[in-house]
Amino acid sequence: MIRDITLGQYYPAGSILHKLDPRVKLLGTMIFLIAVFSYRGIPGLVCITVCLAALIKLSKVPFSYMVKGLRAIVVLLALTCVFNLFLTPGEVVFSFWKVTITKEGINLSFRMVLRLIYLILGTSLMTLTTTPNQLTDGLEQGLKPLNRIHIPVHELAMMMSIALRFIPILIEETDKIMKAQTARGANFDEGGLIQKAKSMVPLLVPLFISAFRRANDLALAMEARCYHGGEGRTKLHPLRYQTRDYVAYVLMLVFLAGVVALRFFSS
Amino acid sequence: MIKAKKLIHKYTRYDADGNVTEQKMALTGVDLNIKPGDFVAILGHNGSGKSTLAKHLNVLLYPDGGELVVDGKDVYEEKNLWDIRQSAGMVFQNPDNQIVAAVIEEDVAFGPENLGVPSAKIEERVTSSLKSVEMLSYRTHSPNKLSGGQKQRVAIAGVMAMEPKCIILDEPTAMLDPVGRKEVLHAIHELNRKKGVTIILITHYMEEVVDADYVYVMHQGAVVMQGLPREIFSRVEELESYRMTLPQITKLAYELKQSGVDLPDGILTKEELVEALKQCR
Repeated sequence: MIRDITLGQYYPAGSILHKLDPRVKLLGTMIFLIAVFSYRGIPGLVCITVCLAALIKLSKVPFSYMVKGLRAIVVLLALTCVFNLFLTPGEVVFSFWKVTITKEGINLSFRMVLRLIYLILGTSLMTLTTTPNQLTDGLEQGLKPLNRIHIPVHELAMMMSIALRFIPILIEETDKIMKAQTARGANFDEGGLIQKAKSMVPLLVPLFISAFRRANDLALAMEARCYHGGEGRTKLHPLRYQTRDYVAYVLMLVFLAGVVALRFFSS
Repeated sequence: MIKAKKLIHKYTRYDADGNVTEQKMALTGVDLNIKPGDFVAILGHNGSGKSTLAKHLNVLLYPDGGELVVDGKDVYEEKNLWDIRQSAGMVFQNPDNQIVAAVIEEDVAFGPENLGVPSAKIEERVTSSLKSVEMLSYRTHSPNKLSGGQKQRVAIAGVMAMEPKCIILDEPTAMLDPVGRKEVLHAIHELNRKKGVTIILITHYMEEVVDADYVYVMHQGAVVMQGLPREIFSRVEELESYRMTLPQITKLAYELKQSGVDLPDGILTKEELVEALKQCR
């Protein structure tokens, strides 16, 4: 179940996108999302599609692998499509019993579905080419200015990286507890929704207790290794911009300007 | 390296209003004198106070009485806190719960990063400390795929990267299989021999302390026996009264001696026993 989601999984390939500074990729993803939600008209769409296709090609991540990430949102896509298709008022194209499809509806649902697909593809392109560690480093470095307004950026990044470190451990633990409870006669698969939710209790309680115990141990271990917050901390691999990162920034700005310009042309 | 005099620690339990409901003496006046470069073992049954003692040596707990000086620094002075933690590193029991980062080299770098060591120097330290526990080839791996013994060696490397003078290991082998146990013991003996790091091994497995330079035995919050392993191991009845389980070989030699075979006291290894039995004939 958890394995199906490609979002958040790193695909090692060593392409130029993999080598880019994570800060560049984070901002790039933001810009891409802004573009996806602000374009208007066919030329803008073509521009975005071409860019996305080029980036996927550059990333060396197989397209089929990326599409797997879409499987998780199929239901959401279908819902969006159906609601927009049938519930948008406008020029009627097709009508049967109580169901009417309008021209605007077709247009809108097409656009919304496309936007959602692009959203997932764009963000998973980032997570597929960036290791979780780089991602937290990038967030910590990129959001550093927020420290001035007393947002604990370092602590948040630390929490994120520890969470990433412990996800596989906790999954393994869940599996262990599930087996232990099954051996004692617990049943996790049968019954209705409420029954299933109830059967989660003997799974979640031990899991939480063990997670707290681990957190306590980890805090001690971190303290023993002189952890005292982000102040005066250095990094093994500090982030440094290369020429390619500056080039990427310029390209991103050109792309955003292009999409915005096309928006004005088409209106 | 470490000097403790009449060290006392109490665990206090409070109720919701902050009144003391229960007080338990975990350490009842412990004296220690550990010389630099030694391999010291602290033995004790569950609840003997050995883990509490370990946490004092790294100032994770403050004493409630007595004196404690680590590497010439008094633990009561707050400004010494980070210095002491840097010079007396600590390895814990559960290998999973002490690895912070999702990549091995980043975890080893965690300590020096906290100390504010420049990036290029961290790189050097990571390489040399991973090499010293023979884990250099796993540098860029994830800790999740390692065995328990390997994880524990990574944790030791993480402490080594802080360039401590002394490493305290609090039951480092309790959760490991026999192979992992051997790996970890080998690694800490190597560090002691080659780098001259003082090792304080806290454990309840007597087999592990056979090669130690000095042994303390704790019972109910106090040091009840101390001396060379050979001396300690020859006091079989006393050890058993503290609920320690003797190594098989020592136990066998003791039983043989009891039933009339002429053997010397305190036999620690299989080879020694074989030699001694040959002498008998």
